[in-house]
Amino acid sequence: MSDLQNAGQTIAQPPAGNPATAAAPASTSSRKGRIPLPQSTLLRHLLAVVLCAVAAVVLLESTDPFRNSQLATLTYYAIAAGGLTVLTGLNGQISLGHGALMAVGAYTTGLFLSADEPLPLPVVFLAAIVVTALVGAVVGAAASRLHGPYLAGATLALAVGLPGLALKFKGTLGGEQGLRVRAPRAPEWFGDAIKTLTGNPATATKWLAYVGAIALLVTYFLLANLIRSRIGRTWRAVRDNDVAAELAGIRLGSWRVLAFVVSAACAGLGGAVLAIVVRLAAPSAFTLVLSLALLTAIVLGGLGSLLGALIGSALLVFLPQVTTDLGSAAGLDGTEAAQLAPFVYGVVLVAAMIFAPAGIVGTIRLRWLAQRAKRAVARETGR
Amino acid sequence: MVRSSRRLVRVPIAVLAAATVASGLAACGGSDDSGGGSGGGSDAGAANEASDVGVTEDTVTVGAHFPLTGVAAPGYSEIPTGTQAYFDYVNAAGGVNGRTIEYEYLDDAYNPTNTSQVTNQLVLDDEIFAMLGGLGTPTHSAVIDFLNDEGVPDLFVSSGSLLWDDAEEHPTTFGWQPDYEIEGKIIGQYIKENFPDAKVGLFLQDDDFGENGEKGIREYVDDQVVSAQRYTPGNTDVGPQIAALKAAGADFVAGFNVPSYTALSQLTALQLGYDPQWFYSNVGSDPALVGSLLNNFSKGKVTDAALLDGALTTEYLPSVDQPDNPWTQLFQKVWDASGQEGQLTNYRIYGMAEAYTFVQALQAAGQNPTREGIVDAVEQAGADFEGPALAPFRYSADKHAGVGGMLVSQITGTSSEEKTPVLTTDNGDAEITEYDGEPSTPPSSGIPDVEPVE
Repeated sequence: MSDLQNAGQTIAQPPAGNPATAAAPASTSSRKGRIPLPQSTLLRHLLAVVLCAVAAVVLLESTDPFRNSQLATLTYYAIAAGGLTVLTGLNGQISLGHGALMAVGAYTTGLFLSADEPLPLPVVFLAAIVVTALVGAVVGAAASRLHGPYLAGATLALAVGLPGLALKFKGTLGGEQGLRVRAPRAPEWFGDAIKTLTGNPATATKWLAYVGAIALLVTYFLLANLIRSRIGRTWRAVRDNDVAAELAGIRLGSWRVLAFVVSAACAGLGGAVLAIVVRLAAPSAFTLVLSLALLTAIVLGGLGSLLGALIGSALLVFLPQVTTDLGSAAGLDGTEAAQLAPFVYGVVLVAAMIFAPAGIVGTIRLRWLAQRAKRAVARETGR
Repeated sequence: MVRSSRRLVRVPIAVLAAATVASGLAACGGSDDSGGGSGGGSDAGAANEASDVGVTEDTVTVGAHFPLTGVAAPGYSEIPTGTQAYFDYVNAAGGVNGRTIEYEYLDDAYNPTNTSQVTNQLVLDDEIFAMLGGLGTPTHSAVIDFLNDEGVPDLFVSSGSLLWDDAEEHPTTFGWQPDYEIEGKIIGQYIKENFPDAKVGLFLQDDDFGENGEKGIREYVDDQVVSAQRYTPGNTDVGPQIAALKAAGADFVAGFNVPSYTALSQLTALQLGYDPQWFYSNVGSDPALVGSLLNNFSKGKVTDAALLDGALTTEYLPSVDQPDNPWTQLFQKVWDASGQEGQLTNYRIYGMAEAYTFVQALQAAGQNPTREGIVDAVEQAGADFEGPALAPFRYSADKHAGVGGMLVSQITGTSSEEKTPVLTTDNGDAEITEYDGEPSTPPSSGIPDVEPVE
């Protein structure tokens, strides 16, 4: 996987490395036929966030409560997948333990919300992020010396072992049955705002979807900036050639741990959103299957791309339901229709590996870059 | 009618984001709805109305979540096929009050996160009238608050946890099968009377299931229990637990475990040369399923449930090995008529029995049932519902617990032999008494006929 990503990246790199286009960011925006984008990365990302926020509001207000609930589901998968794609796509570390890290976030949220006077939701979320980041730091420290399959193995142990803690500390964590999470009710201003804005009634489902959407946008905004910063470039350097990176004065270990911590923090927030959307934190929700599903999502979407993580998560959420509905519509009984979903999911995965090995976003980006290179060549020769 | 606002949400108006437009649409929604709902409003009492969400003039839609894929699917995935078969049978005979029952069951793979998603789909998208028989303790716990908040009747949960009997906290939720505590009590009393000198070991699933069962057993034979071993579902090595039971000298082992752990405990005991008297609670004792699991786990070395021969268990429904039971005959007829693949199994009987109770509840709720109405109906009339269950339900305004009794039987081959009459009891320190009612027989039509309440 990382090889493919490297290939994509090396094709993507030349414009930046090529002295002729070193001033690319400045020239691209002024090139003919382009929408002029702000030159500052921060501004550009802010603009994107505002656009996405408008899109999210439109989407949430134009769909029924069930779609709202599916979108809420999408947000927690996408938050965790975004963190994972930074770790795997950018820093080249594979984690099979992100499901367990989501569990840490979910249980932390559940415990904080079970207090008689629960703290405000943002504080609870922050607590979930901090706790999960700490766990991530410990795991990351242990994992910083490991590579590829060895790291996968170590994090696999985390995925298998951590949910067991819920059984061990049954009194506090609720054992096999899980910890009921009291999802905070929508504040009044939210209901009022939705009513005046759109005239739609504000349901509990919609409130949770909005909470998820806000968490998602904030996470992706921060991650997008991080990816474009010195930190992101250092991570890529570590991924692409660790020897060269070390020679350049980069301390591999601490950068790997940092990537793991950032990624864990996202998983923690994802888990926190999951807890309030599902209203339960139970060990059976955080099995290895969840970790693998997240990994599948980022591979399908395109490693290292936040958009890819979002698309992959959307597939994860919508594909089973759409498939089951199609199955029932085609006359299958409930059981057969249900069995169709994992089958189609598998087929999609295999098809993606064959026809779009760099993931959906990765493949499109490759095509686009190839086109651009061809045009550039044509221009050069035509001149 | 009340629901017009729900429909409204689907109209993609948000782009416009103007309150004026929204109010205009609200008017549209209202007129639209009255067009659909009319058609005989003048002669009330005689005509069917779309009286609540999920109820139209000629249909009632109910939903459920079951593990249709994954580890919990064997056995449990057959339950909804039984329910479907019984509803098909009722629909073929004209339905209930002229309404056919539409039944929609979705897969949650026994994962609470999925349960929450599919329940959202059932309630918000498919707009079911009621949830019927959602299976599993951890899975259903994830949605019980949501269902109650939305006012959806949460009828007849397919689990014996005590969680479903809490009329204050969860007014729309009802249990159905005997809860694990009363099952434990009946088992405890049986041990005390018939094996007074036995050293009892307990083999328990480490959740509500094992905990409630243990509570019940200990009420009677606390002093006889020499060891209580717990296993975590998912961990397939029960060697330490079985060895500990053997080391403690237990010569009678009572198990509150699921079928796969019946098979595992049998195989492990065989390896260890341990041969106590086994007593498996109802959930873990289906001989057909355990037999196929034994075959599977032992890679063909053990081919059937012969290992279970002589083990004790409990029963509260007629089973497929009683071909002379009129209920079994009815269910066989229903299953054959449904034309679905496979044989009639005890799990399918379970599903049909749940469907039977639902039809009774729907009849009791009157011609134009509402969500509140069916909850009231079960509270008022539920205790008098006569059905395939061996003992009556315990429903009342402040008690939402299911069947209140069962009998103890011994597995012999693929059949079983009754060891006690039907025993009824209740939670806490209620006494165990012999059930004095007549065994019920199905109506000749095979469809219940319950008078509406009020």
